[in-house]
Amino acid sequence: MRETEMTEGRLQAAERAHRIGGVILAVESVSLSFGGVKALSEVSFDVREHEVRAIIGPNGAGKSSMLNVINGVYHPQKGTIRLQGREFNDMDSHEAAKMGIARTFQNIALFKGMTVLDNVMTGRNLKMRASFLEQALWYGRARREELEHRRAVEEVIDFLEIQHIRKTPVARLPYGLQKRVELARALAAEPKLLLLDEPMAGMNLEEKQDMCRFILDVNDHYGTTIVLIEHDMGVVMDISDRVVVLDYGRKIGDGTPEEVRGNQAVIDAYLGVAR
Amino acid sequence: MSEDLTGLDTFPKLLMHHAKVRPERPAIREKDLGIWQTWSWGRFAEETRALAAALAAQGLKRGDHMALVGDNRPRLYAMMCAIQCLGAVPVPLYQDAVAAEMAFPIQNALITHALAEDQEQVDKLLEILPQCPTLAHIYFDDARGLRNYAQPQLMSYEKLLELGRDALKRDPAALDAEIAKGRGEDAAAMLFTSGTTGVPKGVVLTQHGLIDRSIAAAELESLGESDVVLAYLPPAWVGQFIFSLAQPMVTGYCICCPESAETVMSDMREIGPTYYFAPPRVLEALLTQVSIRMEDASRLKRAMYRYFMAVARSVGGALLDGRPVGLLDRLLYRAGDLLVYGPLRNVLGMSRVRIAYTAGEAIGPDLFRFYRSIGINLKQLYGSTETSVFVCIQPDGQVKADTAGPPVKGVELRFTPERELLIRSPGLFKEYYKNPQATAEVKDAQGWFHTGDAGYVDADGHLKIIDRVKDVGKLGAGPNAGTLFAPKYLENKLKFFPYVKEAVAFGHERDKVCAFINMDMEAVGNWAEKRNLAYSGYVDLASREEVGELIRECVEQVNADLAADPELAGSQIHRFLILHKELDADDGELTRTRKVRRRHVAEKYLPLVEALYNGAKSAHIEVQVRYEDGRTGMVSADLAIRDARIFAPAAAKRAA
Repeated sequence: MRETEMTEGRLQAAERAHRIGGVILAVESVSLSFGGVKALSEVSFDVREHEVRAIIGPNGAGKSSMLNVINGVYHPQKGTIRLQGREFNDMDSHEAAKMGIARTFQNIALFKGMTVLDNVMTGRNLKMRASFLEQALWYGRARREELEHRRAVEEVIDFLEIQHIRKTPVARLPYGLQKRVELARALAAEPKLLLLDEPMAGMNLEEKQDMCRFILDVNDHYGTTIVLIEHDMGVVMDISDRVVVLDYGRKIGDGTPEEVRGNQAVIDAYLGVAR
Repeated sequence: MSEDLTGLDTFPKLLMHHAKVRPERPAIREKDLGIWQTWSWGRFAEETRALAAALAAQGLKRGDHMALVGDNRPRLYAMMCAIQCLGAVPVPLYQDAVAAEMAFPIQNALITHALAEDQEQVDKLLEILPQCPTLAHIYFDDARGLRNYAQPQLMSYEKLLELGRDALKRDPAALDAEIAKGRGEDAAAMLFTSGTTGVPKGVVLTQHGLIDRSIAAAELESLGESDVVLAYLPPAWVGQFIFSLAQPMVTGYCICCPESAETVMSDMREIGPTYYFAPPRVLEALLTQVSIRMEDASRLKRAMYRYFMAVARSVGGALLDGRPVGLLDRLLYRAGDLLVYGPLRNVLGMSRVRIAYTAGEAIGPDLFRFYRSIGINLKQLYGSTETSVFVCIQPDGQVKADTAGPPVKGVELRFTPERELLIRSPGLFKEYYKNPQATAEVKDAQGWFHTGDAGYVDADGHLKIIDRVKDVGKLGAGPNAGTLFAPKYLENKLKFFPYVKEAVAFGHERDKVCAFINMDMEAVGNWAEKRNLAYSGYVDLASREEVGELIRECVEQVNADLAADPELAGSQIHRFLILHKELDADDGELTRTRKVRRRHVAEKYLPLVEALYNGAKSAHIEVQVRYEDGRTGMVSADLAIRDARIFAPAAAKRAA
């Protein structure tokens, strides 16, 4: 069973291959340290348009730090980040969002008391143009915009098949669905680049399969470039086009799943034994 | 029903009639992207015409068959009408069927065209393409995920529609001529019955039969264009076909398609249907939900609910039937309506329900009375695919919990000496497709349809069904030899308990009756939670000693009831076991309409049946299960077998 799933995964990757474009994000010798602790040292890799790129590595390898650097939460002491050719060194997360980067979090970061619909609607925040006054008075652009955004949000809701929980407060949902809502919110921002921090952590097999399907669907349908951190090796090997391997803040491997699987340094550091 | 429909002998003609007399009235609604979108009769007819012209251009001819696989959607129904416009026959298939099950109908009817709702259905059709070489055109409604599919058979619904609009522009008269060619005796639909045994049979229903029955029932209930129906059951099932295609066509009422299967409850609240159909299991599930939520309500609300439900039980049914009720009770009921029943109907989405039907299987008397007591006019009817549904309906004011009511206008009933029900009605099917032998078995020279149901007409002229004729058996050997054994009757009695989802009784030519029980995960799970009973899953819960005791109590209550009936006292249930998995249609244990395939179950679980009868305390079983993605796996378990108390007829009187 495992074997057929793997081949299917590769087939899908092959079908999408012609669409993968040029470099959209380039990370060049980035180093980040907190006091004496070196979280990242001299890490370089690139992400191509429309691809699914995975970052893997043992605990504490610097995966989440890398993601935080990309979307401007941390500022690296050394190195540059180029997004579509433009260089950013001191970008904050707000600017990153404006640049078309959206993300989900390792620990779900939704507004627990709000409904799914409202949560996903917050993903449209940056696209709202109406002024505070117009919003408050429900006048002018506010009304028109709300309709427009609601439509976009409903399309995402339809896409991720969460219509039945549209009006349910997030706190009442099971974990797997909350993760899906978080993905919905990120998608509502219509990102160019989607960062997923352990999208399958803590899920059961069925939820993982669903999530894999949604990630591939998002990539295929919207053409969104995806960078994901994941611990489940099966998932990573199945859905990624290319994989970066970090260990103690250094890059020790980079390539297709097959290449990474055969890389001795990676095997030693992380996988242990070749499967 | 005051409209003059003479001369309109086919559904396409009726559709064009509605488009003329009520072009702006809603015909069909669908919740799309969270908003209800309405198709008027005018739009419905326009889209249907375009589709029909397109199908003609694609080579669909009079007498051809076309498959439709998908959920209730305006486009699905427009396509059905379009097929009928050309004199071809729509063949709706169950959308949750696995691919292999779809192969037979397609091969049987040499189907060349098919409509598939989405990628899931397209995948299934593509999977069986090698076995079904006739299938040359597959149209899909939802394009999601299909962008990279390059099969030459595929075409999107939009493309088809465009094709049709062009064709219609070139030659608008051709289609009208095709519609005019339609005759009442033409086939209007072919519905495959899974049947509890054997291969499926394609039931051919005629335009005339469906229209005649739809009108008869609509007149009885005075249905009109202002009625609203929620279409939420599979379109391949005759009931849904009648309620969402045949009856709207004769009355002009509006049908509403829910967003998805999971949103039916909230969609129903938003729509507020006036005319509603639900099989007993759906009503049961709704009541279970209500009960569970009431248990979590505040103490005051619980007390109010208990008090007013007692009031409703005593006088609610009488009020609905228009029987005399004392002033004080009337006032109390009015207060209850304000505080409990009204809000409850609202939560159920039944505030506006004028007529509700239930059928398909026996409904528990408590369940039936619950809905009637809170003011919902729930009634029973009797019918089948072969009879275009409407055979018997309980008229307002003559509603009983255990009958199906008197025959509808135009229907004749008769019984054989074995108590088998025979029916003659204008709505009878034409034939089983390409199966004259099966047709001859059930339809005799005088036009009587042999239903296979055993029953009788009671003193008030109401039809009462006990069981299938072939299932009614006798106990062999032992002290109760010769006692009547009606397995369905016993199983239904068990299933009336919320904790029992499904039951299978054995006893024909045996010395005693034994049963398999399927617990209801939701109800038993909730019960276990209340008792702090930890469990890891279905199999674990089903094997708990406590659950065994719980089910034993249910079985013993059934036995106490049976003991009170001299005819059936000998068929009390001696031994039972709780199955470790849910009986499932995917494993062939239930039909697609969720009826137990008793013989198949008995064969599949032979070691368990033997263990029930050889006195063993437990039994080991290993069976194959089919997962939703089509893969199979093995599940094995050791099941405990329990004895239930048997009541002597005299002792039972005291217990009851």
